[in-house]
Amino acid sequence: MQIANSNLLDILLFMVSCVLTNNFIFSKFLGCCPFLGVSSKVETAFGMGMAVTFVMALASLFTWMINSWVLVPLGLGYLQTISFILVIAALVQCVEMFLKKSSPSLYGALGIYLPLITTNCAVLGVCILNMNAGHDLLFSVLNGVFGALGFLLAIVLMAGIRERIEGSVNVPKSLKGFPLSLIIAGLMSIAFMGFSGLFNNI
Amino acid sequence: MEKKSCGRVFFNGILPENPTLRLVLGTCPTMAITTTAINGIGMGLAATFVLLGSNIVISLLRNFIPDKIRIPAFIVIICTFVTMVQMLMQAFLPSLYQSLGIFIPLIVVNCIILARAEAYASKNGVLLSAMDGLGMGMGFTLAITLIGAIRELIGNGSVFGVNLLGSGYEPMLLFIMPAGGFIAFGLVLWIVNLLTSKGKEVKKNADS
Repeated sequence: MQIANSNLLDILLFMVSCVLTNNFIFSKFLGCCPFLGVSSKVETAFGMGMAVTFVMALASLFTWMINSWVLVPLGLGYLQTISFILVIAALVQCVEMFLKKSSPSLYGALGIYLPLITTNCAVLGVCILNMNAGHDLLFSVLNGVFGALGFLLAIVLMAGIRERIEGSVNVPKSLKGFPLSLIIAGLMSIAFMGFSGLFNNI
Repeated sequence: MEKKSCGRVFFNGILPENPTLRLVLGTCPTMAITTTAINGIGMGLAATFVLLGSNIVISLLRNFIPDKIRIPAFIVIICTFVTMVQMLMQAFLPSLYQSLGIFIPLIVVNCIILARAEAYASKNGVLLSAMDGLGMGMGFTLAITLIGAIRELIGNGSVFGVNLLGSGYEPMLLFIMPAGGFIAFGLVLWIVNLLTSKGKEVKKNADS
């Protein structure tokens, strides 16, 4: 589309900032439910991250097309939320059928969380953010892909930490599970804040 | 399912099965918009409205929606109410609409609402479903207002915009940043777990 308008450095910076400084989990709080729910094993966390990446990339592509070629020309902006969520639900259904055929073990491991990608706020969130920010097609898709890779990074790191803690550390009973995960996530978020200095001097 | 009075159903959402503190659903808005107590109330009431409306409509339609397409049907119903809230807030509460931002349309994907539709409204009568929606909504509102108040107090020295800690207090900015959201929510959950495990086994059953 408008690749010519934006120079390469902009695109590169945008990609890195999506993963590190504007991380979906740590700075926008999108997709926290699977982040907390599916992060007990690295393997499932990775599968979940990949499934979300796939859905988010396609979702940001399709919703951009629907929004700028159908909804905006027809003046139907108020149908944005409802049309986006239906597109996402259909995409998730496709991914589900695809995984069931091609990788039954991953399908089994993701279990209930696979249909729940529909209600993963990161997916709908990235679509709405794209529209609000007025990104063009390229940047919308980049935002989807690299935002999702940021999610993948976060959930895999989290799963790694939780795997380590599981067996070796003696955690008080009341702190086990969600409270501990949240506090770990908070510390990781502080660490990720460190990246925000990355772009100041460019 | 045993007979339950409306009062019990309503109360169930506030304490025994508080959606935020006991079931840990809908975590994203809980952490994202709770930088101030007023945001918490706004978000909570918006979600309560959607929850009430969608529970009533889904309960009315529960015998007409085919089982196989119930989830898309629920989502469309929920989405209708969210769009209504979005437009009403944009018209009448523009500043709150601004500060909640993207999390208003994201009420659609708040797990609490779909979970109640699936687990309760699609199996129970209209009155009970309405009470359940109201109770769950109020439980959510109370919980996120509490977290909002804690974060605002520590991060800004005020609650509901009223300065409580005086000018000598150096605000701990971390708490109104994203990291503070995680930590504050984690600590609140920890305290709730401590209290309920002390409060004996009765409540432990509700947890599982």
